[in-house]
Formats: sequence, structure tokens, C-alpha cells
Amino acid sequence: MPLTPLQTYFPIGLVLLVGSGLALVLLLLANVLGPRRPNAAKMSPFECGSVPVGSARDRFGVKFYVVALLFIVFDIEAVFLFPWAVLSTELGWAGYVEMLIFVATLVVGLAYVWKKGVLDWAE
Amino acid sequence: MLSSPQRKPFSPRAVLVITLAVGVLLFGALFTGILVLTAAIKPVMIAAFLRQVVGVDPATWPHTTLVTWVSMAITALILLTFGAVISGATVWWEMRVSARMQSRIGYNRAGAGGFLQWIADAVKLLFKEDLIPAEADQLLFRVAPYFVMTGFALTFVALPFGEGLVAADLNVGIFYMVAVTALVVVGILLAGWSSNSKWALFGGMRAAAQVVSYEIPAGIAIMVPVLMAGTLSMQGIIRAQGAWPWQWFVFTNPAATVAFLIFFISQLAEGNRTPFDLPEADSELVAGYLSEYSGFRFALFFLVEFGNLWVMAAVLTTLFLGGWQIPWVSAADWTAARGALGDLPGAGWWGLQLLSMLVMVLKTLVVLNVIVWIRWTLPRIRIDQMMNLCWKYLVPFAFAAFVFTLLWQVLLARVPLLATFTGFIMTGLFVAMAALFGRQVKANIAASGDHVDLTNW
Repeated sequence: MPLTPLQTYFPIGLVLLVGSGLALVLLLLANVLGPRRPNAAKMSPFECGSVPVGSARDRFGVKFYVVALLFIVFDIEAVFLFPWAVLSTELGWAGYVEMLIFVATLVVGLAYVWKKGVLDWAE
Repeated sequence: MLSSPQRKPFSPRAVLVITLAVGVLLFGALFTGILVLTAAIKPVMIAAFLRQVVGVDPATWPHTTLVTWVSMAITALILLTFGAVISGATVWWEMRVSARMQSRIGYNRAGAGGFLQWIADAVKLLFKEDLIPAEADQLLFRVAPYFVMTGFALTFVALPFGEGLVAADLNVGIFYMVAVTALVVVGILLAGWSSNSKWALFGGMRAAAQVVSYEIPAGIAIMVPVLMAGTLSMQGIIRAQGAWPWQWFVFTNPAATVAFLIFFISQLAEGNRTPFDLPEADSELVAGYLSEYSGFRFALFFLVEFGNLWVMAAVLTTLFLGGWQIPWVSAADWTAARGALGDLPGAGWWGLQLLSMLVMVLKTLVVLNVIVWIRWTLPRIRIDQMMNLCWKYLVPFAFAAFVFTLLWQVLLARVPLLATFTGFIMTGLFVAMAALFGRQVKANIAASGDHVDLTNW
């Protein structure tokens, strides 16, 4: 009996269960075996031994968000590339040319972002 | 000070024997388990096993599904145990190598050569207090290790160990690998944010920016072997390569060599390995996103970080270095050794599987060792250099390699011999470079008045 397409994915669900189950069991075990003697100094966030100044829930550099945006654009592009790469030989010349145009668009996008200075982290 | 010398319960010889026994038994049991079970959980094999060994008809027997599920669960458990054990062994190897590279002693207390240290550490961490900072986001702080752990565990579903030795040969194999390893960064980001510590937040944000950036060149570099193999399946990509170096993807296409380097660097960055260990940078961020974690929650992060080295090395071996392919054994030989598909395979087939596993494991260990060398050779780079390297060098070069491979594949369709020709030239170049490197190292050692000493292990 050959596997149906869906059945080939069953092991993933199983490993998900076994993996998180293993983590859960180990953490429970550590919970039971470990001591529990909290005090105020222990429970405060580490700041090199001094009393923490302010909160860590603060504003953060916008650079990180711009990188995240760039990631989304280019990662979705990679998602488009994957199915095409598998079928490239069957798609023939038309497929090649289309993909070259697609990649060229993205390279132009990268050049634009580069020119705009988004990639210069130090500034 | 101690008035009497510390009492040693075992003689050095006994310690050596115990260490060897633990090592050989542990790895022997795990590799045997992987060899037998990953091959045996295929429905065809279970059906053959039930018919020939148990003596029941699998189609009508009521417990066929149960047997399938139980054997799959055992396989999953063995694969995860392997992940944990190889992670510990990697820590040991890394500590020994780094000690040699820095003229220190390194692990030498628990077991011969300190080999049992990682077991002692794991047991110790089980008995440590598990702290959650008072102002931390309780839920996210507790959930983060599960993301990291499942992201690591899931990679073992599609990770090949040999010709028939993969838990599930998914048709989207490499795409699946990229997808599930991304779960780890979710865990890291959650850990950094939820700790409510400035160090952890910085580490988490750096990790997010770094992993997310390097996903791009890695994703495009993966496209090169996918294009050459015409499939996303891990086993399919290996089957499209040969056993000899000049038949590996890394040497049969000049762009694939570039893709290999890009993918290797990106993997280092995604695994937060030096020179890209900015998220954990212990000299500036204490321990980055791990700062507030203690006890076994910390141990899970640590396990995944080192276990990922094996995954990294195995994926590199699969994509570019010919995977488990054995010299002189062709696809036809595999089919012949397998015999009738409805029967259990013979000893010859199992022998071939064992050989293929040996080849895969050896190649993976070599790559893993290179990753360890790199960590103790290169200094950490700055965050702006990290970003520059990714977006201004790796991404454009990855695009170039991709487009070159497009044209290369068209060319290969006309002139198939070109791949063999390139393979020989590139392999020759690589051997020449390796020889030059070896000669230079030898000259450097001689010039410094040192000598190679392998006895002091």
C-alpha cells in the first residue's frame, strides 16, 4: 500500500509530539529535582550586578524592522523560486526568460534599497 | 588545603575502558536503531515484516496501524536521542579541539579525555534551580524553549542517514528543512523579548536581524543544487550526484562552488556560530538571549545550538558533497540488492545501507569539524560588517550563481560531458589547494620551532 500524499506528512506530526513531549518531560523532571529558593536579587534581571535601570520594554532601533521588511520581500521571492526550480527543465526557454525577468526585478529592488542606504547599518 | 591526595576510585585503565564502553555502546545502539528503524518504518517493509516474520496478513490483521504508529514513535524517540547525544559529543569535541588550539588542557576529568563531561553537565543542570525573572513574560519565557526544541527535532524527519535511511523522504525535503529551522529563531526572539533584560533583548534582536538576513542568501544558494537535481527531495538531490568528488554538485558546476561557500557562511550565521555569534557575544552581551535562562531551560537552548551543527553539516553534505553515495555502487545495484519489493531485503542490502550510513556520517563529521575549527580560528565580526557581508556580498553573489546555473543547465543539456570535465578540473584545483595549504601549515609549524604532537591527547 503506497502512501497517500498526506500520509507522508504524518511523521512530522509525530515528531512534533515526541519532541515537545521530551522537552516537557525533561523540564518537569528538572522542576521536581531542582531546588526552589527564590529571593528578590535572584529574580531581578541581570545587569552586571547593579540595580537595573529602567525597563527593557523600550523603543528599539528601526533598522531591525527595515531588515525584517526586506526579509519578507526576498523570502517570498525565494518561495516563488522553489517550485519553478523543480520544473525548470519542463518549462523550457519561456520559463528561463520569465525567471530571468523576475530575478532582474528583484536585483533592481536590491540596488534601489542599497542606493537608499538601508543596508548601511553603521549610520 | 587538602591534607591527603584526592582518592581516585578507578585506575586510568579502568576509566579508559568505562569511557570506551559508554561511547561505543551509546553510539552503537543509536546508529543501529537508526539503521534498522528508519529503514523498517516504510509501509512496504512493515507489511513484509508482518507477512514473513509474524506470519499474518497485514491487510486484514487488526493491529497493522498500531504497529506502524508505535514503530514510528520509537523511531522519532531514537532520532531525538541521537540529536541530544550528538549535541553532547559535539560539545566535548569542540572543547577538546579548542583546548588544543589554545594550548590549554580542556576537559579531562569525567572519563578518559573528559568524554563523559557532557553527561555530567546534563545531570547537573537537571538538579539546578529553574529561575524565571519576576518581571519576565511568564508564558513566553516558558514557551520559548519548546519552539527551539521542536524546530530542532523536526529537522530529523527529513535528514538522510543513508540510501533508505530517512524517517520520511518528503518531496519538499530541503524546503521543509529551511522552514522548520526557522522555528528556532522564533524561540530565540521570544526568549530575548520575554526575559525583560536589556542584554537578552539586544541578543534576541540581533539574532532576529542576523538569521532573517542570512536566510536570503541561503535560500537562493539552495536553489542551485535544486536546479541541478530538479527536485526538492533530500534523497533525490543525493541520487542526482555521484560518489566520487568530481561527481559532487560542489565541483560539477563553478556556480555551485560559490553557492556552497555562500550556503556554508549563511549556515554559520543562522546557527549563531563564530564569527557570527553576535546574538550571544559573551564579551558584550553577557550571554545574549540566554542571559536570564538557567537550569534545564538553558540546557535545551544549549542542546539545540550544538545539535544544530550536525544538522548543518548533514544538509551541506546532502546538497553539495554527494551525501551517502558509495563508490562503484549504482542505482541499479541498490535495486538488485533490494530484491522483490514485497519481501524483506537480504543481508546484502543491509550491508549496503550500513556502508552508505558510514559514508554519510564520515562526511558529516568532517564538515562538522571544519565548523569547529572556524569557531576557534576567526574573531567575532561587528554587526555592521555582518549586515554588509550578507546584503552587499552574499545576496548579489547568490543571485549571480543562480542565474549562471540557469544558463549552465541549458548548456549541459547540449554538452553533457561538460559536467564531468568541470568536475575533474575543480577536484584537481581543490586537491592542489589542499596540498598548498598543508605545505604552508607544515612550514609555519617548522618556522615557529614547534612540532606536531598527537600523543598528548
